[in-house]
Parts: sequence; structure tokens; C-alpha cells
Amino acid sequence: MAHSIYDAVSTAPPAEGPEMELPPHAHSFIGKYVFCQDAKVIAIQYAITATAIGLVALALSIVMRLQLGFPDSFSLIDPSNYLQAVSMHGMIMVVYLLTALFLGGFGNYLIPLMVGARDMVFPWLNMMSFWIYLLAVLVLVASFFAPGGPTGGGWTLYPPQVVSPGTPGVGGGIILMLVSLGLFIIGFTMGGLNYVVTVLQARTRGMTLMRMPLTVWGIFMATVLALLAFPALFVAALMMLLDHTIGTSFFLPSMLNLGEQSEHSGGSPLLFQHLFWFFGHPEVYIVALPAFGIVSDLIATHARRNIFGYRMMVWAIIAIGALSFVVWAHHMYVSGMNPYFGFLFATTTLIIAVPTAIKVYNWVLTLWRGNIRLTVPMLFAIGFIFTFVNGGLTGLFLGNVTVDVPLSDTYFVVAHFHMVMAVAPIMVIFGAIYHWYPKITGRMFNETAGKIHFWMTFLGTYAIYYPMHYIGFEGVPRRYYAYGETAFISDSVQTLNAFITIAAIVVAVTQILFIFNLVWSWLYGDEADPNPWKATTLEWQTPHNPPQHGNFGPELPVVYRWPYDYSVPGAKDDFIPQNVPPEQVEMLPGYAPAAKS
Amino acid sequence: MTITLAFLALLMAAFAGWLVRQSVGVQPWIADSQTAALPPQQVSLTASPVGLAVFLAVVTSVFGLTISAYVMRMAAAPEWDFLPQPPLLWINGALLVLASLALQTAWSAARQANAQRFAQSLGFGAACTVAFIAGQVLLWRELSGAGYSMARYVGSAFFVLMGALHALHMLGGLYALLRVVLRLQRGVALPQVREAVGLCAIYWHYLLLVWAVLFTVLFVGAEPLYAWCRS
Repeated sequence: MAHSIYDAVSTAPPAEGPEMELPPHAHSFIGKYVFCQDAKVIAIQYAITATAIGLVALALSIVMRLQLGFPDSFSLIDPSNYLQAVSMHGMIMVVYLLTALFLGGFGNYLIPLMVGARDMVFPWLNMMSFWIYLLAVLVLVASFFAPGGPTGGGWTLYPPQVVSPGTPGVGGGIILMLVSLGLFIIGFTMGGLNYVVTVLQARTRGMTLMRMPLTVWGIFMATVLALLAFPALFVAALMMLLDHTIGTSFFLPSMLNLGEQSEHSGGSPLLFQHLFWFFGHPEVYIVALPAFGIVSDLIATHARRNIFGYRMMVWAIIAIGALSFVVWAHHMYVSGMNPYFGFLFATTTLIIAVPTAIKVYNWVLTLWRGNIRLTVPMLFAIGFIFTFVNGGLTGLFLGNVTVDVPLSDTYFVVAHFHMVMAVAPIMVIFGAIYHWYPKITGRMFNETAGKIHFWMTFLGTYAIYYPMHYIGFEGVPRRYYAYGETAFISDSVQTLNAFITIAAIVVAVTQILFIFNLVWSWLYGDEADPNPWKATTLEWQTPHNPPQHGNFGPELPVVYRWPYDYSVPGAKDDFIPQNVPPEQVEMLPGYAPAAKS
Repeated sequence: MTITLAFLALLMAAFAGWLVRQSVGVQPWIADSQTAALPPQQVSLTASPVGLAVFLAVVTSVFGLTISAYVMRMAAAPEWDFLPQPPLLWINGALLVLASLALQTAWSAARQANAQRFAQSLGFGAACTVAFIAGQVLLWRELSGAGYSMARYVGSAFFVLMGALHALHMLGGLYALLRVVLRLQRGVALPQVREAVGLCAIYWHYLLLVWAVLFTVLFVGAEPLYAWCRS
């Protein structure tokens, strides 16, 4: 009995160019691991750098929490360095960790392997992308050592506060931050060009667009967003730099600073907010879209089910990407905007929830009646769905002007964006690292340690952010060093803050277990099966594990099917790799593939 | 932001239209053997032109957002000091037009394997470009000397910001041209650099277009633009 999935169809021809010219395989240590043009090595360089600076940001969050949980107990934490910790934590986590890790790390590792390419199309540019990113990180780190320390004006860098006397880091700190952001964007653009053009031009034969794994779709669309949105931050940083150093008045109005008349006049602080959020809101999706894509693949693989509504998932990614450019002003409801404007942006914000909800439904429907394996990557994927739904729902509150205005600048907002934009993507990052760890290192991680890591992180982050919503409901404002005796803040807030701090310390310490597991397993872990999860995508079908220079040996793979052929009725195995032709699929008695030849 | 949004809407519409053609009627869950039998397909474009197209979209976003910022800043200003239009401004524009024409000629010469015309036009184009950049610096100094300092006049600050961004992109183009020349010096045949020269020519035409827009909004069209912003 022939099964319908093998009915002959015509597919769009694959986009295949001539075999790309690979840079020669380096054999020296420097060529192989330092100035390397191989996307896989660049991915690891990105990942290590992003993780290192991410750990700095994690430490800064503990500094903040210690002050909030146990005020005035630590003499080293004063109002200035508290604000500096707040600002640097936010900026590092959003830009230098999440963006760099998703696009520079996973993008570099997965795009060529998943689309069946030997490498990125512009390897030298790709290498330069990493080195400029590293330079950006070093300049950022240098700001910690600048006179006055790093900026303390908040991660949103709002003028005139951030460049006004009295704000921490107003000397060298803010200048180094702006320079670092500029460098980051230049470096990212080099990498981003590679990701987009590799997806468009270097797919192997048979890898039509609608056969690409959703991971690639997510990273691809996020890169498109980043390439178009980061210029807003670039321009804003440049203008702020000129305002601060040369005395132009793009953003700075005439002011009295500590009794002195400033030299600026007529600048518009609101203009900065528009530019910042024109980048800032797409940034949410620059982080979220790769997470959406990756989690789709994790769920399908570990539930042994084809993804529900693949085409809908692709179009949802495109729709979210496009809509993300018309919602930025919902971050500015309290800036005094025209009410009609607020109504417009509330509407677009609610509309963007539609494709996002489609994705959530499809993940749940993929899990429905799946052969779910509660592996470590799957635990993190499920953890992501819970966290993202929680964070997304509070986003619906904040998207409405009338609800947002009283909650604006309270801990409710902090809790919301940490759930949706910090914890949810980090869940995916952890899941993805565990999922692809056997491919990257050739070793298996310790599963028990992985599960402990999941439960401590998942429950711990809920212990942090759930109570934070209630603190926000009470109207407790964010970014305050100390609250003292404030009439509307009840005593229980302090108890909750102490509880949150303890939970945050537990979660932070748990990450040591994660890093230890990665390092220990790399050195001493069991050798991994080349395809331990029995996955279908091309990266698991490489002749070597880990993949070597050129990825696929002498011949590039040919793709015959989409990446979600799990539990195909009649097939002997519960997965069929993308590069297996229909006539080679082993079928159970009574089933016969009718392949079109 | 309307200007940038219009550009993005166009870009997204083109992208969605292209994707519709790729996805409508396709049933991705169905496997087939046809792909194995297909001869290797040569795509119509190589990676470099696609890379340039993507890069130009990024550059458009940079300048679109800068112009949006300029317009929003104008709208917020109760009064605006318009920049003068010294002769050097027009000379610079003419130099860039000449550079663009020279690059087009070089591309044409490369297609015809006419080495002499190629070298002449490439050299002339590069010289005009260098002169344009130098001219922009002189123009900035002239405006500053006339009292239009960046600190006092925001219009002048926007000119320097946009002009510097534009000049940096021109310098990037000169670097690409230099790489073409170095390849030729290493013995690469002229037809083999045809694509690279073509891409440089397209880049020059694009930057000429950008300068034409900047020239309009910063100088010749600043007054009507301001009136429109304030209305």
C-alpha cells in the first residue's frame, strides 16, 4: 500500500550555485583556532566570548540583588555602582550575550551545516565579524576601568540623563559604551551579510526554502531584522557621541546642570527614544525569532513528531519580523505622545500577538500525542513554552496604554521582560547547547547534571520573577538604589526582595554546574553517537563527528524531504534524514514508498 | 520615521512576494526523488551581487534613519538656520557624477576586455572620488569658517554627520576598487574582475543617488522640507 507522503510532487528547484571556494584548511594552532575562517570555529569563538561577558553581567545582577535584598549591608555597593550594575547588566545581556550567541554562535554553527553548505559564503568577512565583536566587548570592558567607571544611565541610555553631570560614567564610560555599540554593529553587519547570503545562495541541491529547518528560518529572519534595525542604534549612538563630545544638539536641550547653563539648545530627547526603540523592539524579536526556530526543531526531534503547521510557522516568523517594526512606540506610552498614536501602537502590539500565538499553539499541537522523550534539551524546550507564555501574557497587559501607564517603570515591567526576553530565550539557549553539544564536541554531556541544571534554573527563575510581578503591582519603581520609608511600599516587599535575592544567587550558582558539565564532558565525557537524538537535519548526517573543514566530505548532500519526517507511518525507523531518497527508506511489511523518479 | 517605514514596507513587500512564489502550492512534507535527477542548477546570481544588494539595503536603512532623525529634529525646532550653498557644494556633486560615470565606463571596458580604457576610467573614477571626499572636508571647513559650526547649528551638525557617513561609505568603495587593482597586478585577467568592477559601479551609482537625496534635504530642499515638517 503506497502512502500518500511519497506521492510525487513537483518542488521548486533548489538554489544551488557552483561549489564555493573554501579557504585552505589551516594546520597551525593560530590558523585553526585563532584567525580561523571556518564558521564552526567562529561560532565557538562567538559563544565563548558571549558567555564570558554574559557571566560578568550575571555577576552584576547579583550585585544589584544583594543591595535590593539586603539594603545597606554591603558597603562596596553605593548608589553609583548600583546604577552602573543595572545599566551594564541590561546592555550586556541584551546585545553582547543574547544577540551575539544566537546569531554569531548558533547562526555560524548551524546555518552552513543545516542548509548543506561547506561554509559561509564570505569566510574572511565572517572572521572579521568575530574580531570586531571581540574588540567591541573589550572596549565595553575597558569602560569598567575608565575614570568614573561605566555608564550608569540605564541600559536604554536616555539623554539627557546619561550624559549629564552627576550620572555615573559620564566621563569615559558613556563614550566607551557608545564606541563599543558602534563596533558591535559594524561587526554584526559583516556576520549578518554572511548569514543572509548563505541561506539565499549556498543551499545544497534539494534544499528548497520550504524544506529549511525552522532554526534556519528563525536565524535568517532575525538577521534581516538586525541588519535593518541596528542602524537605528548606530545612528543614535553616533549622534549621542557628537552631542557629548563636540557639543552638538541632536538630543540635548538647553539645560541647567548643577546650576550651570549647558551649551546645548533645542535638542530632542524624544528623538533618541524613537531611534532607540526603533532598534529596541525589533531587538526583542532578533532574540526571540532564533529561539522560536530552535525550539521548534527541539520539540519535533524530541517528541518524534513532525512540526504542526510548518508553512504557518514560516509565515508567522515573517509576519512577526515585519510587524516588529511598527510597535516600537509602545515603549514610550509615558513620553507624552498623542493618544491616537498610543491607540495605533497598542493595536499593532496586539496584532503581533496573533502570529506569536499561532506559534505557541503549533508547539503545543506538535507535542500532542507525540512520543515525548524528556531529554535535557526537551525539558528546556518545554520550560521555554511555559516561560514564554507567561511573559507574553503580561506583555498583553503592558501593550495597552491604560494598563501600561500605572505599571510603567515598575518591577512589573522588569518581571515581564525578564520572563519573555531573558529567561525564555536563555531556556532555548541551554536546550540548544545540550542538543547540539554531541555534534560540536563529539562527546555526551552528563544527563543528571543537565537535569539538575534545568530544574534549578527553571524553578529558580520562577522564584525570582513571579514575586516581582506583585512588587510591580504595588507600584515599586525600578532603578532605585534604596526605598527607605516609602508610604505606598508595604513591609512585605522587603521580605519578597530578600527571597528573590536568595533565589537569584541559587540560580547564578547553578550555572557553575552547567559550565562544569560542559567542560568536564568535553574532556572526559563518553564519545557521542554521530546522531544521538535520531534527528533528520543535515548537520547530523556529516561523515565526521564533529564535522570537519568543509562539513560534508567530498560530496555535498542532496535533500529529498523536509526536516520533520518523524514517526512516518509505515517507515521502519521513527525518523528519515533529509538526505535519504524515498526509494531507500526501509518500510514495514505492507507499506511501499511510491517515489517519483 | 515615516521615511524609514516606507522603505521597510517596500522591502518587506518584495520579500513576502518572493516568498509567496516559493511557498504557495508547495507541500513541504512530501518527499521526492526528482532533486537527485536534476542537473546541478546554476543560480542566476553569485553570492557577491546578492551580498551587495543586502548591504545596500542596510546602507539605505542607515541613511533612511538619519534622514528620519533630521526630519523629526526639524519638526521639533521652532526655527531653523538653513545652510548656504557655496560653489564647492555643486563642484563636489559634479565630481561624484563624474566618478560614477567613470566607473560605469570601466565596467563597460572590462566587459569588452579593453584594458587601456579600463585603466584610464578606473583611475579617473578613483581620482574623482578622492577629490569628492577632499571637497566634502573643505566644504565642512568653509561652512565652519562662515560661522556654521556643528555646535551652534544643528543643520550643520546633520551635514557633517551625513556627509561623514557618506564619505566613509565612499572610502569603503575605494578599498573594494583597490582590491580589484591588486588582483589585476597579481596577474588575474581583466574578464575575471568584470563582476567586481560591475559591483563597484553599482555601488558608486547608489552612493551618487544617496548624495543626491542628502544634497536635496540638507541644502536645496531644506526650506520647503522645514515648512512641510512644521505644517
